[in-house]
Amino acid sequence: MHAFKDSGHLFRLAAVFVAGTLLFLVVRSFLVPKSFGQYGHYRGAAMAETAARPVNFAGHETCETCHADVLDKKKDGKHAHVNCEACHEPLAKHADDPSAMQPPKLDTAVLCVRCHEANAAKPKNFPQVASADHSSGLPCDTCHQPHSPAISGGMK
Amino acid sequence: MSITRRHLLLLLPAAAVAWKHVLAGTPEASPNYTMSQHWWGMLIDLTKCIGCGNCVRACQTENDVPDGYFRTWVERYHVSDYDIENPHVDSPDGGKKGFPPTKEASGKNFFVPKLCNHCAESPCTQVCPVGATFVSPDGVVLVDKKYCLGCRYCVQACPYGCRFINPKTETAEKCTLCYHRITKGLTTACCESCPTGARQLADLKNPHDPIHEFLKTHSVQILKPYMATHAKVFYNGLDGSVR
Repeated sequence: MHAFKDSGHLFRLAAVFVAGTLLFLVVRSFLVPKSFGQYGHYRGAAMAETAARPVNFAGHETCETCHADVLDKKKDGKHAHVNCEACHEPLAKHADDPSAMQPPKLDTAVLCVRCHEANAAKPKNFPQVASADHSSGLPCDTCHQPHSPAISGGMK
Repeated sequence: MSITRRHLLLLLPAAAVAWKHVLAGTPEASPNYTMSQHWWGMLIDLTKCIGCGNCVRACQTENDVPDGYFRTWVERYHVSDYDIENPHVDSPDGGKKGFPPTKEASGKNFFVPKLCNHCAESPCTQVCPVGATFVSPDGVVLVDKKYCLGCRYCVQACPYGCRFINPKTETAEKCTLCYHRITKGLTTACCESCPTGARQLADLKNPHDPIHEFLKTHSVQILKPYMATHAKVFYNGLDGSVR
């Protein structure tokens, strides 16, 4: 029994160690967010937080629920697969409440050249014009209907 | 293919679901979305890109990206016939306002849109010291704004230069693949606004996604494959000079 006669300090040391470990675990449980480690070494809740942003572009399917007439105009034309908000700008607010926000009127003289101004870097098969020569400053919708731009009976 | 009345009717249920989320107005998580059923990527068809900058503008509006910083941008390449190793690349204001006329019509000229490649083995997430950036179970590389220290390790680690520090929040920022949209059944803002369909969101886990047919029938590449990042942004018609 001689070997253990001064063993008291070992137990005290063990008690301090256990208390320290407990304190660490308690503090850690407060500091580490609940969802940390749910899917991996990150906060699982971060995904829902990222997903919670409001939407600005309503998406063409939403537009088409009301504006089926425009879809009809577009469907056989060259712009059939150009989504509404590619030209009309993001309109989720308008889709949310049509009276709250009216889409601004577009200026075709500015809008069309964004895509159709000739540039040597554009794919060769993409329809391009040098706007200054092509229309001498007239807005494009003088001749072309933007939703189906081919001039009927004439060239595409 | 033009959209017939029949197709429109088929689209209506999807639209109704999407519209409900738009109508909800307030931010919300997506109850009908199961992460394990998706594995997101993107297809970029360079033969269709016209450098209009719609994607860059759409991204900035949709995600409040500060001026002068880009989650996606468009580069213009000029490769002269005899110097394929040294392309001349420009991207004025990220291509946000389109591009000025291409001066040298000789050689090769083309546009390359860039964004986060949402690598399956992403170098940027591996260097984060606090677990603030990660590959989500549905394959999107995201940043946890609340956890990010702004240490810039990830900005340096990305081989594609897709990250930046937001000057307001001082945290790392990058393309989220419009996580707030794709989890609601919508496509990304850049894909929605692309007039030529050069950008297509792709769900690699969805067997009906047209990406599978496209990958089978086209010569598709990723950027810097030698980095073994397992990037999920696939480029069709990618020139060898693109870095």
